[in-house]
Amino acid sequence: MLRNLLKKYDTTDLVMYLIGAVLAALVIYGSYQTLSSGKYSGEVWLDFIIFGLAQGSIYALIALGYTLVYGILFMINFAHGEVFMSGTFTAYFLAIYLDSTGFWNQHPIISILLALVVAVAVSTTIAVVLERIAYRPLRGAPRLVPLITAIGASFFLQYTFRGLYGSGVKTYPDVDALKGSWNIFGIEILKTQAVVIVASVILMVALRFYVQKTKAGRAMRAVAEDKEAAALMGIDVDRVIVNTFALGGASAAAAGIMYALIFKQVNAFMGFIPGIKAFTAAVLGGIGNLPGAMLGGLFLGVVESLGPSLVLDGLGIPAPYQLKDAIAFLMLVLVLIFRPSGIMGENLSEKKA
Amino acid sequence: MKNIKWITFALVVMLALVLAACGGAKEEATPAPAATEAPAAAATEAPAATEAPSQPAEEMACDDPLGCISVAAGDPIRIGYALVVSGPNETLGVDSRRGIEIAIDDKGEVLGHPIELVGEDALCSAEGGQAAATKLASDPTLIGVIGTNCSSAGEPASAILSDAGTVLVSPSNTAPSLTDPETHQAGYLRTAHNDKVQGKAVAEYAYNELGARTAATIHDGSPYAEQLQQVFADVFTELGGEIVAQEAVNAGDTDMRPVLTSIAVHKPDFLYYPIFIAEGGFITAQAKEVSGLEDTILAGSDGMISPDFVAAAGDAAEGMYISGPNLAFESELGKHFLEAHQAKYGEDPLSAFHAHAYDGANMLFAAVEKVAVQDADGNIYIGRQALRDALFATAGMEGITGTITCDEYGDCADPQIVINQIQNGEYVPVWPK
Repeated sequence: MLRNLLKKYDTTDLVMYLIGAVLAALVIYGSYQTLSSGKYSGEVWLDFIIFGLAQGSIYALIALGYTLVYGILFMINFAHGEVFMSGTFTAYFLAIYLDSTGFWNQHPIISILLALVVAVAVSTTIAVVLERIAYRPLRGAPRLVPLITAIGASFFLQYTFRGLYGSGVKTYPDVDALKGSWNIFGIEILKTQAVVIVASVILMVALRFYVQKTKAGRAMRAVAEDKEAAALMGIDVDRVIVNTFALGGASAAAAGIMYALIFKQVNAFMGFIPGIKAFTAAVLGGIGNLPGAMLGGLFLGVVESLGPSLVLDGLGIPAPYQLKDAIAFLMLVLVLIFRPSGIMGENLSEKKA
Repeated sequence: MKNIKWITFALVVMLALVLAACGGAKEEATPAPAATEAPAAAATEAPAATEAPSQPAEEMACDDPLGCISVAAGDPIRIGYALVVSGPNETLGVDSRRGIEIAIDDKGEVLGHPIELVGEDALCSAEGGQAAATKLASDPTLIGVIGTNCSSAGEPASAILSDAGTVLVSPSNTAPSLTDPETHQAGYLRTAHNDKVQGKAVAEYAYNELGARTAATIHDGSPYAEQLQQVFADVFTELGGEIVAQEAVNAGDTDMRPVLTSIAVHKPDFLYYPIFIAEGGFITAQAKEVSGLEDTILAGSDGMISPDFVAAAGDAAEGMYISGPNLAFESELGKHFLEAHQAKYGEDPLSAFHAHAYDGANMLFAAVEKVAVQDADGNIYIGRQALRDALFATAGMEGITGTITCDEYGDCADPQIVINQIQNGEYVPVWPK
């Protein structure tokens, strides 16, 4: 019996499952301790979840860019965080201009849309130019080469923006119309967060529709499936790839404007951490899979917001919020032990793996 | 043909970015990047020119245990700075650097030698402090270094420069550990107050003046914030108050609502987060949105004294308390300094530690004048140990920040802590009355 079991799973697998079981037990024990102590009320838990969802929808929108590009090129575009930063940073100048004329608060919806248009234009342009000059020439090269190029491009963009706009922190003007909170079904929810959550859901649904239902989306999926065959069927592969980068850039820019609404501060290095987190979210959800990226982003956001209070508080660890990244990555490890291809990932084929 | 299209496109985008940058600088009304970049560039280029100081013909006998610094006749005396001159906290460092620059202008020359300032960006981190100190330590012509701003950078920098036989005079490190007998480095002094004084002042103000009975703190893991909030917590408890939570965040965190929500459960009267500009801005802006913290009094410390902080926190900063050194200089010297600052940079000081940097630089010049040996040709020799002893022996020196007297562990400040309240975007002193 035992021998059969050992045959079925090799030792590494067993050790991994063991680690997973221990971590899972810790998580469950910590949560039980916190919940039974009654320190936080139901409302507080709800607040944690809403904050997490708002942060998570930003991660999700950025993660879409990682996952789209990975799905088609099997490369990780590490400069994506900077694509996110560039649009937001540039739109800041429009925002303060509009604020100085008073337009920003007279017509908040138009202003935010204008900022969004500028951010999308800049981010999309940068994403597409990046593809053209940094990645396309390396299309046939070994996988590691474009990865390193992407890291280089990321630094290039960070320091270009730092050089152009200085290294200080810039602050978006407040949107008076979005101050305070709404009471939705008895739940107090901050206006900015409500807007961010709703807008990202709409954007994600629209993106899903685009990929699943339109002709361009079908071409994208065909290229993701098999580049050569798609080319033989008359699909312009280069164009589809440019399209993909543009789409990723646009969703990153949208994420950037949401980020600006919630957090206000922008600087040249703001893209790095959200970029890493969004990449994690994409892996968590199953990289290459669109709904997976959305789910992964939301999951990561909620874990970061909820985890320290829920798990670490119960384990008696002081100042748990300093460890929110640890708890987020612990969840990543747990998910990957039990589902190596992510929450929604299919088993990777030979080619993709 | 296709290529040309692409290149034109890329060029247009780059041009747009450059134009936006120029526009942006104007919008801000503080031409800080342009104005501050220039001296840094000049300062870093300068060493190349003076790389090979003409060695005096005859070396004078140097019997100092740590060796001597020799300056040939006509060569400048060189001092270094290791400050945070980039990133979110750049105003802290630029402010201190301006203090040193004015001190140099006022001093003119030391023993007939002009003074030259060179510097490194020490950032606000241990890595930054280590890198800056290592570079400065490799320059044997420096008589001393003014820096660092952040205590996190000061910890490695004080060790590296002390080992190299140089002195480090900090205008703004306030963490108690730096001058603690257990951990003090031989070449380290500071003109900034020790946070044992500042933490106590904040706790007393909160308990006695504001009537707070419960308090929570947040730090960011930096030695400055962690030690300062601990001093506060200890004194507040001694006074009879209760510390309901001591939380921590990471530098670089943006979403503070969860941590604030977990603090809000205790409904503290007073929330003290002596951290830095970016994270402090996030906490201030988000605290008002968390239910349970509406009536909590917010307070920070000198790491957040900067117009950048007020901009980052927005309207939420209105009414919050920020402790820091007393900047209402009564003395003639202080008034002269503010005038010189206005004349040289066209604006008021940016942050809290310009005067401390000015005093630190003058302390260094005074010590050099005391110990330097001059030969007939005008060459001077400065014993490193003698210089160090002279600095630690500084007593009764009248500076802008008060009467400066160093103790054996390098605490030189005449600490005068005030509590400011942010009113209409300005830091207005409200205590002591």
